[in-house]
This record gives sequence, C-alpha cells and structure tokens, in this order.
Amino acid sequence: MTLARHHGGGMILFTFFVALVLTIVPLPDWMRLLRPDWVGLVLIYWCMALPERVGVVSGWLAGLLVDLLTGAVLGQHALALSVVAWLTLRFHQRVRLFPMLQQAATVLVLLILHQLLSLWISRFIGRPGVDWVYWAPSFLGMLIWPLVYSALRGIRRGFLVN
Amino acid sequence: MRSPCASLIERCPIKLIFTQGPSITTRLTLCIALSVVLMVMDHKYHNLESLRAALSVVIYPLQLTTDLPGTISEWVGESLASRRHLQEENDTLRTQELMQKVQLQRLSALESENMRLRELLDSSFKVGEKVLIAELLSVNLDPYKHQIVINKGKVNDVYPGQPLLDAKGVMGQIVHVGPYTSTAMLITDSSHAIPVQVNRNGLRTIALGTGTINRLELPYIPNNADIRPGDLLVTSGLGGHFPPGYPVAEVTAVRHDPGHTFSQVAAAPLAELNRSREVLLVWPGKITLLEPSDKVIPAEQATGPATAGSQPAARSSSATPVQVDPEDTE
Repeated sequence: MTLARHHGGGMILFTFFVALVLTIVPLPDWMRLLRPDWVGLVLIYWCMALPERVGVVSGWLAGLLVDLLTGAVLGQHALALSVVAWLTLRFHQRVRLFPMLQQAATVLVLLILHQLLSLWISRFIGRPGVDWVYWAPSFLGMLIWPLVYSALRGIRRGFLVN
Repeated sequence: MRSPCASLIERCPIKLIFTQGPSITTRLTLCIALSVVLMVMDHKYHNLESLRAALSVVIYPLQLTTDLPGTISEWVGESLASRRHLQEENDTLRTQELMQKVQLQRLSALESENMRLRELLDSSFKVGEKVLIAELLSVNLDPYKHQIVINKGKVNDVYPGQPLLDAKGVMGQIVHVGPYTSTAMLITDSSHAIPVQVNRNGLRTIALGTGTINRLELPYIPNNADIRPGDLLVTSGLGGHFPPGYPVAEVTAVRHDPGHTFSQVAAAPLAELNRSREVLLVWPGKITLLEPSDKVIPAEQATGPATAGSQPAARSSSATPVQVDPEDTE
C-alpha cells in the first residue's frame, strides 16, 4: 500500500469543498431549516467507496470546518461526523452491496445520528430545544442520496479516484 | 501469460490499511477525546479565540466562494443600471441628504448644549465615536443561531464585544474576530441580552433575545412599571459594551398577569436584522479616552479605579487601542 497507488485525491478534496460551500450558501428563510447535510452525505459516500483513504480523521477535519463555518462550538460537528465515519467504515462492505432503497435507509440512520449527536451537544451547552422540522434535513438527505451517490460515483470513475 | 485474476489483484490491491497504523476505533476514540477537549475549552473557558482566528483564514476562501455570486450580481446590477434609474436614485439621495443636513444642524446645536450642561454637572461624556461600514458576507450559519459574518476583521481593529448597528438600530455584537472576517451575534439570538431603557421615561431593563428574528423579551419589568406598546427602547450603555442612546426595539405587547411578579413584555427590533447588507461597526466614544494616542491619561493610570472619568471595565493596551473584557458579554 504505497501512496503512489493513490490517485485523484484532489477530486475528493474538491467534493468536500463543494459540500462545505453548499453548507453555507444563502437560502431563502423557509428553506434554511431544510438544508441537507451535504458534508455528511459526501463523507458517507467516500467512506463507503474508498475506506482506505477517507475515514474517521477526514470526518473529524470536515466536521471541524463545518463548526467554523456555521459558528457552532468547536468540536460539535467534528465529534458527530467522526462517529458517522466510524460507523460507515464498520459497515461499508455490507452497505456497498445493498440495493439503493436499503442503502438510502442506512444513510438516513447515519444522518439522523449526526443530527442527534449534534443536538445533544448543543442541548448540553444550553441551547434551546428544537421542533420536528429539525429532523427534516435527514429525510431530505435520504431522498437525494441516489443523486449524490450517482454523481460522486461518476466523479470517482471519471477521474479514476482510487 | 498472466491470469485475468492476477491483473485484477494488481489493479485493486488488497486493502492493507487496516493492518497498519491505529485501528479505526482507536482513531475514533482519539477524535472524540479531542472534540471533547475542544468543546470544553471553547465553550467553558473561551480560550480558543486565537485558534478560531487562525482557522478562519482557512475557511475564508470558502466564504468568499459562497459570497461570489452575490458580489457578482451586485456588480452587474450596478454597472448595467440605466442612466434614468441612476438619476432618479441620485435625486432621491440628494433630497435625503438635504433633509438630514437640516436635522444635523439642529443636532449639533443640541449636542453642544448637551456637552455644556454635562460639563456643568461635571460628568465626563464623549460623544465622538469612530464608525466603520462593513458588509455582510452572504453566507448562512447555523439556522438555530442568529449569527452573521462581516467582511472586517482584526486588520480593521475589530474587537470581540464590539457593537454592530445598521441604519435603523442596534443589530448585535461581535463574538469572534478573525484576521479578515468576524462573526457577530444578533440581539435576537437566544443567548443574547442587551441593557436598554425606555426612551420616554428612562426605565432601565434588559432585553433578551428569543431565537425569533422579530421578537425580543423584557422579562424583568414589574407589574406596576410604566411601559406601553409603542415605547421606544434605546441602549442604556450600562453594560459598557453598547454606546448609550441608540434605538434597539419598539415595545409591541405588554401583558400584566396578577399571578406573576413581572409583566410579560415583548418588543420588535428596529434594525433590519435579516435584510441589511451594510452594517456599521462602532468604537464607542467613551472608551476611546484610553487610546494610547491620548496623552492626557497614561495607560497604567487609566486602569486604576481612582482615575476620574475612566472606565474600570476597559483596559488599555498598545496592540489594540480599544478593548473590552469579553467576559462581560452576557
């Protein structure tokens, strides 16, 4: 396993860059609460597709950037996303073979886990509670998972990322 | 001749990473521990400001990329605006300027009278304030927090706790300062409080943010206090952060409930919290007394409580002329 075998790391970084931009891109007020967890989706894909390149530490770093970008307490999304990456790594061989519907359901669970951990932390530091709309982004994330999946698979194959 | 299987194996080498380095569970444990340390240091002790400032340079390109469409469309709109439109705008602005100049003439007379009276009362008060126009970066932060990012930072002498205004009233205060950008908390954030007074009668109280963009709460108003819907709330300047006398909100509802010690009072912020693109950063005049260029009061003396006219809360340093203890932030 040498570094020379790796290829297309720039594309992985680029997809994370796009996901981070989508995380803070301005939306109309009614859509702000529905914004899908782009970073979570991209992280889950790469953990599943290239578990030897993207993993817990990548998830943690991406989460730290999300914390900085969204003004959350440092470490909130970092912790949640590293747990998501860990779970994805644990089950990536199984989830990869799932049919799309089942895979989307797994992604829903992972996204909800991200939101749940994040909510616990923000409740712990005294932020107010949330209503049911808070969970909508996870379900939206599940709905767009097939699109994200095929787009990222196109990138992975097109740019020979391995 | 090689078997297709061998070439397949060559192309997709067996992933050996799991036998190298720490296992993913170890990594996870480390990451979680690091996160917890970061969270405790950031939330409990607030001593990660320098790390935040350093990392904000990393995320600056991300924020600029996100802001780009807005900037471009603004620029295109400006350069493609028709001559007639520009003329109309020019006329409107001219009229506005004339009207404001008239008001200013009256104000300067009032201001000098006010200063004279204050001198008679022997209370120190400096009206002169330094202001700087900053622009919002069009990025969205956590939808459950009311925060904004502006395009001015440490290089412009922005400091944590600095008040932020728009044309209509107080917007909030700076919480994180990076080299080129800063994050500000709006007065409606659920963890924000601002000392205010009723403009009509000087009744002092505190306005708390509710997490709703058009609503503030005044929870500490006794049932017999003189407050009515329509009353203007202005900053009282008591916290030492906000300069006194700036409009904050208008009282919208007052409910007296005999069962409770306090009335339930709601107010609507006057500043256009979710619409303004240009905001005003203010360096309060009182604290500029302690600028190093001010030769009258040496920095060491100015911190002493005995010095007349100095603020005990304000500290002076050569690096940043204006400093307020961030711990004072409620």
